[in-house]
Amino acid sequence: MRTITHLMLSVLLAAMASAADLRPPAQVTAGSAFSISSSGSGDATFYLVGPSHVLKRQVKLGQAIAVDGDHVQTSGRYLAIACGSDGCSSAPFYVVAGEPDRLSFLLHPSRVPVSRGDAINATAFVFDKFRNLVLKPVTVDFRITPKTGAPFTKTVKSDRGVAWMKMASTPKEGPVKVIATVASAAEPRIIQQVASDACNLRIRASRTAKSVLIETDPVRDCSGNAVPDGTIVSFTAIDSNGKTTVDAPIKKGVARAELPLTGGARISVASGVVIGNEITVGGRS
Amino acid sequence: MRAGLSLLILVVTAVLVGMGWVQSGGMARQEMRSAGTPQEAVESLLSDIQARKWDEAYAQLANKSDIDKSALIRELNGSDGSLRTYSNLQSFSIWPLHATADKAVVRARLTWSSAVGQLNNVRDLNVEHVGSTWKVAWPKPNVPKVPPQVIPVNYLRWDVIGRSASDDWGVQNVDTPSVRITSMNAVERPDRVVIVGEIVNEDTVPAYVAINATLLKEDGSPLDQEGSFDLISHTLLPKQVSPYRIDFPGFHLKQVKSVRMDAKALLISASADPVIAVTDQKMDRDSLGKNVLRGALVNQSGQTVNIAQVLAAYYDSNGKVIWVSDGYVDNALLPQVPVPFAVDVPDDVASRVQNYHVLVNHYSINKNS
Repeated sequence: MRTITHLMLSVLLAAMASAADLRPPAQVTAGSAFSISSSGSGDATFYLVGPSHVLKRQVKLGQAIAVDGDHVQTSGRYLAIACGSDGCSSAPFYVVAGEPDRLSFLLHPSRVPVSRGDAINATAFVFDKFRNLVLKPVTVDFRITPKTGAPFTKTVKSDRGVAWMKMASTPKEGPVKVIATVASAAEPRIIQQVASDACNLRIRASRTAKSVLIETDPVRDCSGNAVPDGTIVSFTAIDSNGKTTVDAPIKKGVARAELPLTGGARISVASGVVIGNEITVGGRS
Repeated sequence: MRAGLSLLILVVTAVLVGMGWVQSGGMARQEMRSAGTPQEAVESLLSDIQARKWDEAYAQLANKSDIDKSALIRELNGSDGSLRTYSNLQSFSIWPLHATADKAVVRARLTWSSAVGQLNNVRDLNVEHVGSTWKVAWPKPNVPKVPPQVIPVNYLRWDVIGRSASDDWGVQNVDTPSVRITSMNAVERPDRVVIVGEIVNEDTVPAYVAINATLLKEDGSPLDQEGSFDLISHTLLPKQVSPYRIDFPGFHLKQVKSVRMDAKALLISASADPVIAVTDQKMDRDSLGKNVLRGALVNQSGQTVNIAQVLAAYYDSNGKVIWVSDGYVDNALLPQVPVPFAVDVPDDVASRVQNYHVLVNHYSINKNS
């Protein structure tokens, strides 16, 4: 099958070789008008076959064939063909992406715990205004603005249309704005730096009329960031009646639970895989 | 002639109605109503409960004066959208425990068919000899009353706005939550292989989690794949830990070379309310002598929890999860009202249990999250 295809192509190219010559520019920038010079004489049908577009029109051989920029908006290999009374001739040429004009920017992940090395991955794809990937190296700036502290910029040269960088999350929680910039295009993204696991989880207890009110100290991670509200803290009390557990969410930085205990009890606290202190409360006298 | 035909039709109809009554057990019911033994009294009462004949059931009680009929109906028929309201008494079995001339105790095992499967309930019923028949002295229903009050609820809620179809390629979406299986243990049971363990939501947002496990043969090819289904708390709030259990009926550990675990997490909207305390947990035995983990659930929020499921993980002396069991509570959890629960623990597991962790799955009909 492949042999037959090669044979047919050879026959077609041989037929084309005997016709008028087309001389397109070796490289055309996407979206820009250009002309293809031709030899020979008489009327011919001109075809321009591109990756996403085909043009057909009548031309005069021996004159320059003008091609509008609208017909070469997609980068890639094009084939210009002119078919006159002497047969067909063709010439390939390449359309390359224009100047950088757009960015597709992926910032991963959208949430990241504080103080994690190489945890943030920023990847920018550089396109021209017709969404062709700009393959030539261009400079992409990643401007990083943490919630606290001075903003800074990392400059990266794109490689085959892609510019990327990795960086560590900062020790302070809060949103970090990352703006990828190339030429006039800028794409902002926000990444949320969140507190890490609780550190030094501590509880204290006080008796009420019918129960014991357990309350944590403000729950913070090892960098001093407040663990987000809604994080579950598990309280466990063991007394003569057995074990009592409450999974309570942190609210305004503190988790509270009311345990229906009347006698003495041992109370401990945990959040996820982090274990806090243990206290003993005496029975009501 | 016409009068004779009418009479014949009347007689045939009466005979057919009579046959229908006998066929439907009317004779037996009538016999039971005038119960000659304690068992007959219990059987008659439970038959009426099964048929939801509340008036007849109430009429058979020895202690009618102590019991409000509506309270009895609430207890047996369920209330507040509890699991019992979606249940039917499917069958029952009874056996005498002891009897004297005028008092007896009969044990009844009630099997309810419910929206989540079969639920068993064992009750010891006191039966009294009243006049010429035996009647059941039904335990006084304990209908919880919640006093009028205002319970402030200001827990967190997470709402999620995802990427829309009109967004450009590369526009950032919110990531799925980060969850981690912290332990996994393959347990051999007489009729199955069971995978038990725990999973934690390490993220700062709620997660919907599901775990699948695949048993692999010596050559690495899959033997069977199963999911955790309802033996897991699917909604995990930040840093919350849930036990899970995956059953592989009909397999044995000797057939298994390794197990492939797959935990999937989705970001979902959720609420941190309600908070349910699990109080007075202890390993105990039920009236049949089986090992159970007992306790009580206390809904510390203001909204009624209609259906609650208790999930319990059991640890050995090394802190390894050795078993996970569950049980549904057929009463609704009204605010601040303790509701007892008991979940089964296999005998061989109970002897090795050093610690346990109980989690409550909950469902509320009027939940706004």
